Amino acid sequence: MILSRRSIILSGITVAAAGALPRFAYAAAGTPKRLVFIIQRGAADGLATVAPTGDPAFAAARRALADETAGGAKLDGMFTLHPALAATAGLYTGKQAHFAHAVATGYRDRSHFDGQNMLEGGGSRPYGRDTGWVGRLLTLLPAAERDAIAIAPAVPLALRGTVQVGTYAPSRLPQADADLIARLTAMYANDPLLHPLWDSAVKTQELASDIGGNNGRNGADLGKLAASLMLPEDGARVMMVETGGWDTHSAQRGRLAAQLRGLDQLVGALQTGLGPAWNDTLVIVATEFGRTVEVNGTGGTDHGTGSTAMLLGGGLAAGGKVSADWPGLGAAARYEGRDLKPTRSLESVIAGAVAHHYALDPKRVMTTLYPDA
Amino acid sequence: MAVQYLAANRFGLGRRFDDPAIDDPKAWLTRQIGDYDPAPAALASLAGRDAIAAAYVEYRGERQAMRREAADMPMNEEEKGMDPELRRLLRSAIRRHYVDASAARLSAAIATSTPFPERLVHFWANHFAVSADKQTVVGFAGNYENEAIRPHVMGKFSDLLISAAHHPAMLLYLDQAQSFGPDSPFATRVRNRGRGKAPGLNENLAREILELHTLGVRTGYTQSDVTAFAKALTGLTVAGLGRGAGQRLMPADARPGETVFIDRLHQPGAQTILGKRYDDTGARQAEAVLRDLAVHPATAKHIAAKLARHFTGDVPPAALVDRLSADFLQTGGDLRSLYRTLVASPEPWAAMPAMFKSPWDWTVSMLRALKVPALGERQNIAAMFTQLGQPVWRPGSPAGYDDKVATWAGSAALMQRVELASRVAGRIGDRADARVLAPLVLADALTPETRQAIARADSPGQGIVMLFASPAFLRR
Repeated sequence: MILSRRSIILSGITVAAAGALPRFAYAAAGTPKRLVFIIQRGAADGLATVAPTGDPAFAAARRALADETAGGAKLDGMFTLHPALAATAGLYTGKQAHFAHAVATGYRDRSHFDGQNMLEGGGSRPYGRDTGWVGRLLTLLPAAERDAIAIAPAVPLALRGTVQVGTYAPSRLPQADADLIARLTAMYANDPLLHPLWDSAVKTQELASDIGGNNGRNGADLGKLAASLMLPEDGARVMMVETGGWDTHSAQRGRLAAQLRGLDQLVGALQTGLGPAWNDTLVIVATEFGRTVEVNGTGGTDHGTGSTAMLLGGGLAAGGKVSADWPGLGAAARYEGRDLKPTRSLESVIAGAVAHHYALDPKRVMTTLYPDA
Repeated sequence: MAVQYLAANRFGLGRRFDDPAIDDPKAWLTRQIGDYDPAPAALASLAGRDAIAAAYVEYRGERQAMRREAADMPMNEEEKGMDPELRRLLRSAIRRHYVDASAARLSAAIATSTPFPERLVHFWANHFAVSADKQTVVGFAGNYENEAIRPHVMGKFSDLLISAAHHPAMLLYLDQAQSFGPDSPFATRVRNRGRGKAPGLNENLAREILELHTLGVRTGYTQSDVTAFAKALTGLTVAGLGRGAGQRLMPADARPGETVFIDRLHQPGAQTILGKRYDDTGARQAEAVLRDLAVHPATAKHIAAKLARHFTGDVPPAALVDRLSADFLQTGGDLRSLYRTLVASPEPWAAMPAMFKSPWDWTVSMLRALKVPALGERQNIAAMFTQLGQPVWRPGSPAGYDDKVATWAGSAALMQRVELASRVAGRIGDRADARVLAPLVLADALTPETRQAIARADSPGQGIVMLFASPAFLRR
């Protein structure tokens, strides 16, 4: 696991806590809406993912990395998609992908941990909220669409809230036998922390037993796993998938290509695995902030500000488009002289997409997901 | 209050099967501060830095040769599905160094008679985290803990900081080994010759030292402090890894895998950091900055809060943080004094709220409790912890593993512990009696309910699982 870059993308998988999956017998049918939030931890370089190759300042600023997207799909007169995102390019052609560029959360410093906290918590300052925007979204959804799970060993901040959330981390250890499970259930019955954790662990094990051997070694496996947890009638409807390894301070060219390839396969496998349900699925891919416009001394890029977010799925409001109030990359146009200047809030992009997906009142979604905005 | 259980598990690493009962917990802990051995026997046979560096160079050479081959040869369908780089790394010597060091770390933790200092070694290695996701770091990660951290956990914080910041694992992990002064003699020469791009600055290490190792995030330093500090750090690099612009400038006597300072890579001139001017004294310039950062009031508070959290819970009591911070400032970062103050404080002895054991803590405490070997001889220790969700020396970020209940208390994580305990119980069979072990291991934290659940188990093995999965044993 330590080894390939492709596995590193997935090594960001860290577990979360608590909660109950649906009560099987009473799960309502006809709850088609699904939501997947893929977080890119480490500040993914939006300028290489969706490269503004038509910006006159791009080539000079990116120097050796200017041709990183050579061979990638031309999205419009301005933007080129990274060539590792082949399946995603296909979605774009089919109007099932939308890229929002020059976006950022309200966070303006450059700490990963603070930035991720804002992206997940949805507050107006780091550590301002102890629940997450997905967790708060769950309160707006009908009971049948509220079952959420993280592919992680503990509940990530984005999913925390008043609704209990399950976690699943692939395991290759032998499974505990039914009698032992029953005894442990009794032993944890009065423990406020362990009781819900164990309840969720047992249910998840039952639901996911057919893919228990899958260790999430690559993006395709992870996407397949995600789809298998979301496809069943009584499966999860909301999911968070963690990816790490985006902090490309050095040797960005190869590292980023491997990362994006893993992401692309994850999305591809998710689409394949969900089948017709993909048409009622929204996938949001976002990162805590972007990277510097200029390349640094080690063939990489440093912590920046504005970046790109992806919306994928069958029912997008504006599929097959890149949306951006493009600020330009010239030195004077940059944020603090070094970063892509954010011209639109990532929060509004996310809230807008979610409101459209669930046909909810956009204002209500915004004030629930981002109460401080 | 379950003071015996807390002494053994919150401060220590769990009671060993042959440990006598802890009569006076505070005296027991304080005594360990003096008895600490920075070089335990379990680590004696591990390879040195030159062997690790040689293994890395060999691995890289093979990888390059393989890539050339791959470019020449058409691949068949089966080969396309494989990840040859992964397979090669799995077999390579750098991976073996990592696996060996992980196993030695576990052996040392199981064997130690000074579990409190051993826990502090793990704590500091996580505070100054490197992560073995980078191929250059994989082989060096164990050496980092053993040679940069262990010797200084009973000394001054400043010496620990300087030692951590200078070890090759840290220099490679946070890109310092390839950061060069933009106006250094070397960069200037490359620029003047007009051949290619001049090597430049990388601010990664400087930023993380400020944000994670010393002052803490949002404590008032600015981007220009980061950049100036990064410039002061230039010149520090690692010998013998055969790549990067600096390698040709290495002194002839530099041993592979050793940290070196190369003046020709160093940014000339004074640097101003946090309002203080540091003259260009070569390698001493960055060291002077580190010494000031090590005793800064923000550092005292940051360290106090992290230590307090580790020994109390998610929200450390303010009184404890203040007391530790004051001690740190007063002694100039004397760590032994800090530990004594911690042990003497009332807050860590409150039973609730309890911390949830990390996979590492839980596994170590289980293995310390058992007399018979609980794992197979061929068990890959590194792989086991990866499976449990806490790969050894691979937190995935320079912030290290988060130290909160929610970090480890997950439903999947709980199931994995039950599964590992089942496997251990399967190996032990009836060679251990959980009814006898429970009062020894859980001591004053053993509840009537747990005692009864163990007694009613349908087999000795099931009793073992019930003990190690009991609510008390999962916590510390």
